[in-house]
Amino acid sequence: MRRLVTDTLIIAERNLIRLPRAPELFIGFTLQPIMFVLLFNYVFGGAIRTPGYSYIDFLIPGIIVQNIAFGGFATALGLNEDVRKGLIDRFRSLPMSRAAVLGGRTLADVATNTLSLTVLLVTGVIIGFTFQSSFGEAVAGFGLLLLFGYSFSWFLAFIGLLSKSSESVNSIGFIVVFPLTFVSSAFVPVNSMPAGLRDFAEVNPFTVIVDGLRHLWLGAPAHNSVWGSVAWSLAIIAVFAPLAVARYRRAAVSA
Amino acid sequence: MSDGPAIEVENVVKHFGEVRALDGVDLVAERGRVLGLLGPNGAGKTTLVRVLTTLIKPDAGSARVLGRDVVHEGPLVREEIGLAGQYAAVDENLTGMENLTMVGRLYGSRRRAARERSRELLERFDLVDAANRPTKTYSGGMRRRLDLAAALVAKPPVLFLDEPTTGLDPRSRLSLWEVIEDLVGEGTSVLLTTQYLDEADRLAHNIAVIDHGRLIAEGTPEQLKDRVGGEHLDVTLEQPGDTDRAVTVLAPLCAGRPTVDGNVIHVGVRERRGSIVDAVTRLSDAGIAVEDLALRRPSLDDVFLELTGRPAEPASEERDLADDGPAQQERAA
Ligand SMILES: Nc1ncnc2c1ncn2[C@@H]1O[C@H](COP(=O)(O)OP(=O)(O)OP(=O)(O)O)[C@@H](O)[C@H]1O
Ligand SMILES: [Mg+2]
Repeated sequence: MRRLVTDTLIIAERNLIRLPRAPELFIGFTLQPIMFVLLFNYVFGGAIRTPGYSYIDFLIPGIIVQNIAFGGFATALGLNEDVRKGLIDRFRSLPMSRAAVLGGRTLADVATNTLSLTVLLVTGVIIGFTFQSSFGEAVAGFGLLLLFGYSFSWFLAFIGLLSKSSESVNSIGFIVVFPLTFVSSAFVPVNSMPAGLRDFAEVNPFTVIVDGLRHLWLGAPAHNSVWGSVAWSLAIIAVFAPLAVARYRRAAVSA
Repeated sequence: MSDGPAIEVENVVKHFGEVRALDGVDLVAERGRVLGLLGPNGAGKTTLVRVLTTLIKPDAGSARVLGRDVVHEGPLVREEIGLAGQYAAVDENLTGMENLTMVGRLYGSRRRAARERSRELLERFDLVDAANRPTKTYSGGMRRRLDLAAALVAKPPVLFLDEPTTGLDPRSRLSLWEVIEDLVGEGTSVLLTTQYLDEADRLAHNIAVIDHGRLIAEGTPEQLKDRVGGEHLDVTLEQPGDTDRAVTVLAPLCAGRPTVDGNVIHVGVRERRGSIVDAVTRLSDAGIAVEDLALRRPSLDDVFLELTGRPAEPASEERDLADDGPAQQERAA
């Protein structure tokens, strides 16, 4: 157990040292949502009706949730590269904890997520986002985001170990995660969608998380969304952490 | 800890789909010795190393490292081993120093001790100047050396080196040989795969030759070389028509069957000493004109020719079966 903790920290440190040396990924994942904030707010903002809230207030929680989900792609792409470059072989031949490579990788995401979340929030505040809740609730919102981001990193760790190439990791991002975040309450109110989509959007975990965050930051009605978010996050970890670790144990350069 | 052999392999079988990468291998490596594993491309060398380092599970049979079962006692085995795989496994965005320190800490050392040890190894592998550069700026040979250093970080009692000198320049090769000899002098057991007989010859106390996943010969370098006929003489004739006569004339010198390749005759000779003179005399007495004549050390090809009666297979054929996409392509690049 102590081994698990120290090894996880060593691997997390490794992934964070790398960051400033290969910053493209991080910058991409942060710049792109800033661009989205500006585009959505200034281009679509006038056309999207969000009763009770200004569009920027409505938008920021949604876009931050989307951004946090993509933060986990650093894990998916990083692990995928580690497998292809043979580093996973090296780690698997060491007397280290077998959960640490994944634990450290996903933990590093929490750090980078914190950073990009802050960048986005500051951008939002500059162009007019305001908290409409207590300090404690705002902080709880932060915590909820990081927990959800962490759980999503485990899902993406599994995807990264499963994929044969970084291209296929990317296509999961664009074919699965991107649409999932759009068909949710992140950018438009769910009740403005056509019936079929609306049904889907209502059960989409992204809707639950975004609603939970809007409750904590804007005082929107909660409808169990906060506990729902926690439950979803824990469920994702409970399912994908063991799957990813099992995959890791078998991951071999060409097997 | 028992003092049995360093490595024991019993009837290990490993399939990859249709390919029998290991087809019932039995092998023993003694402690404090170097076992050289030789074989052509696709023979199963890397697969055996991966089984022994707990990276893959065998389909059948069993293997032990220092008496610990590689399947059931993986964590204990990993405490005792160091691995330098066939392709350098270093983090490109970390410096040489950071790579080694990370590995040292993952073996359980304190940060400070790991740094100390890393510095020592960087020196030993001539990487001090590059120690603080990200390894993506390293040349292939430098990465290779760093990877080998990483295998030595924890001074493991059993080392697995998969083609450690492939891609190294002659000087680095020689210094790696010295490092290995020092380690063995200190009691380390080494399993080393190689394509080069001269490397095995210099380092290995015992050699195992595998092909198609089977052990086809085993012994000390001397014993193996005797089977191949020690030294080799390549005689190039001026007239291809003279080959039959030349083979007859040279027969008394030969250890094995002479082979003919166009107007070149390859002969395994019994004695190094005097064999050139002897061959020239015999040929000129018979009135056979010689264009060129060279004495050389036996190569792995000679071992194969002798042991299997056919040349080692071309590298590409078997590889294609295994090539399952970007992983190998990228590494080959
Ligand atoms: N993961 C894999 N999937 C499919 N086939 C594989 C896999 N790994 C190895 N093989 C096959 O198993 C056989 C043995 O491969 P191995 O890598 O052990 O050979 P080797 O002796 O190390 O060769 P080389 O000298 O080229 O490194 C080959 O036919 C190879 O194609
Ligand atoms: Mg190999």
